[in-house]
Amino acid sequence: MAGVLDTSPAARAVTRGWSDLTIRNVFIIPTILFLIIFNIFPLIYSLGYSFTDFRASVNEPANFVGLQNFRELLTDERIWNNFWVTAKYVIVSVGGQMTVGFGLALLLNRAMPAKGLITTLLLLPMMMSAAVVGLFWRLLYDPSWGPLNYALGLGDLAWLSNADVALYAVAITDIWMWAPFVMLLSLAGLSAVPQHLYEAAAIDRASAWYTFSRITLPLVTPLLLIALIFRTMEAFKTFDIAYIMSTQPTTELISIKLYKFAFQEWQTGKSCALAYIVLIMVLAITNIYVKYLNKVKER
Amino acid sequence: MAVVTSSRKKAFNRVAIVSILLITLIFLSPLYWIGTTAFKPRSLATTVPPTVLFQPEITPFIKLLTKRVQLTKAYDPAIYAASPWYEQRIYDGGERILRVGPNIQLSQYPNRFMNSLIIAIISTIIAVSMGTITAYGFSRFKMAGEADLLFFVLSTRMLPPIVVAIPMYLMYRVVGLNDTHIGLIILYTAFNLSFSVWLMKGFMDEIPKEYEEAALVDGYTRLQAFFKIVLPEAVTGIAATAVFCFITAWNEYAFALMMTNRRAQTAPPFIPSQIGSGLTDWTVIASGTFLFLLPVAIFTFALRKHLLRGVTFGAIRK
Repeated sequence: MAGVLDTSPAARAVTRGWSDLTIRNVFIIPTILFLIIFNIFPLIYSLGYSFTDFRASVNEPANFVGLQNFRELLTDERIWNNFWVTAKYVIVSVGGQMTVGFGLALLLNRAMPAKGLITTLLLLPMMMSAAVVGLFWRLLYDPSWGPLNYALGLGDLAWLSNADVALYAVAITDIWMWAPFVMLLSLAGLSAVPQHLYEAAAIDRASAWYTFSRITLPLVTPLLLIALIFRTMEAFKTFDIAYIMSTQPTTELISIKLYKFAFQEWQTGKSCALAYIVLIMVLAITNIYVKYLNKVKER
Repeated sequence: MAVVTSSRKKAFNRVAIVSILLITLIFLSPLYWIGTTAFKPRSLATTVPPTVLFQPEITPFIKLLTKRVQLTKAYDPAIYAASPWYEQRIYDGGERILRVGPNIQLSQYPNRFMNSLIIAIISTIIAVSMGTITAYGFSRFKMAGEADLLFFVLSTRMLPPIVVAIPMYLMYRVVGLNDTHIGLIILYTAFNLSFSVWLMKGFMDEIPKEYEEAALVDGYTRLQAFFKIVLPEAVTGIAATAVFCFITAWNEYAFALMMTNRRAQTAPPFIPSQIGSGLTDWTVIASGTFLFLLPVAIFTFALRKHLLRGVTFGAIRK
């Protein structure tokens, strides 16, 4: 009997039923295959099309055009403008989320009644559909009878139909949705700061600013960075909320341009090329994000 | 000195608590506005100044769920008196509910809501089952290149939907999966699978290996130990993961917009499409939005202990 020689339970289990190796493979391989078939294969498919002049709306075979799509895209000022709009959106929206979210966390990080309830209520916007909620913000922003202008006394300021303001209006809605996300991560960081550090600082009569900048901030920074990178990546990919809320050219984010290329102008080949440019940028941010995530996990 | 500090601290504390309460009210006001507009008479939905106090009514929901046409004939008290109460509400607004024979015609909303429900539930079941066993595999067995494989899994989640949607649309066109439930279920499963693997791996890592090893000593096979010992221990994690996956699929807009237009259309692309060219009845939009957001609001409360874990793919557990 094998068990007499090798008494480790795992080794004995090998002799009964499936081996560990079989189980590992049966449990993992289908998932990997599924992801390859439905995520990686389409990307290979579109890489092929990115070198062609294929149009999905006409029944003509695709012609190989080499790097022409990429050349045209990278020298097209309008595309650069879309990237510029996206960059502006990312900075305004993520900057706002970080500020508001961290501020909320600092306010919430104390003993107070109904803290759990308040935290959960604040997190509600984050869980909701950006498209559906964004649509309703159009009513809130309405220049003639929207409650927002009335409450703030802004008269008939046109938020979404004004080319100069529209991007900020969309960003405000996005900040409303995602500042709670930053708050949630910041709260986790703040509550992990050991209380004795604050007590020691109090004994040393350290100023409030000194305590904040030397104790609180360094210990919260890793989680703030995670929030920052994740939100940057998500803001860069933003489609729903901007597409639903505004039709202004000043809110045409790169994802919206991509959608129009692919599904309205039917420039399939070119859209595949642009998709690849966007993809490489997203993967670069993802890489940084996962590195940080693993770093924090190891602590 | 100590007394002075603590009384100053107390005052600061009080100011902080009052401001967070005020901010919470401001934060919730858009949701409050959706919730109240859903019960407003149409005439009060877009007034200046905005109407805050009003007699709530159910009419927007009746309008949301039924097909209606403008009254062409003059108001007829006999017909009005003979109609059930819900049709009277519509009649009051100068419209009538469309009927074919005796059957009331429903609007497209119930159908789109059901599509959302079916697609979200089925894709969640598949993503969570596959994610759970894969997470167990990653959690318990050593493997060459495990970190790279896990990165690969997560990176598929980060792909912008539009980038995946363009080739998927072309491929679905070939196999006839555009505008089908199965088409969207596959996409949402793929999208949620990586999330489910990462989140479940966090939960699996927390179940002590000793439990299974004890079972193995008792003569269980590894597979029996997984089903009888590990799975029951992981139930909370599985439930939390499932709710997260459901919410993601339920909320998803971009794929649904590009891949469906009629048969398999879900609620997120449908609700905005209700805004036609004419005057928008915001009470109907609000009631549709309200019904759509309600399950998510309830789930958020159910999930509140796991939210941090969920939004960081299981990396931060607290």
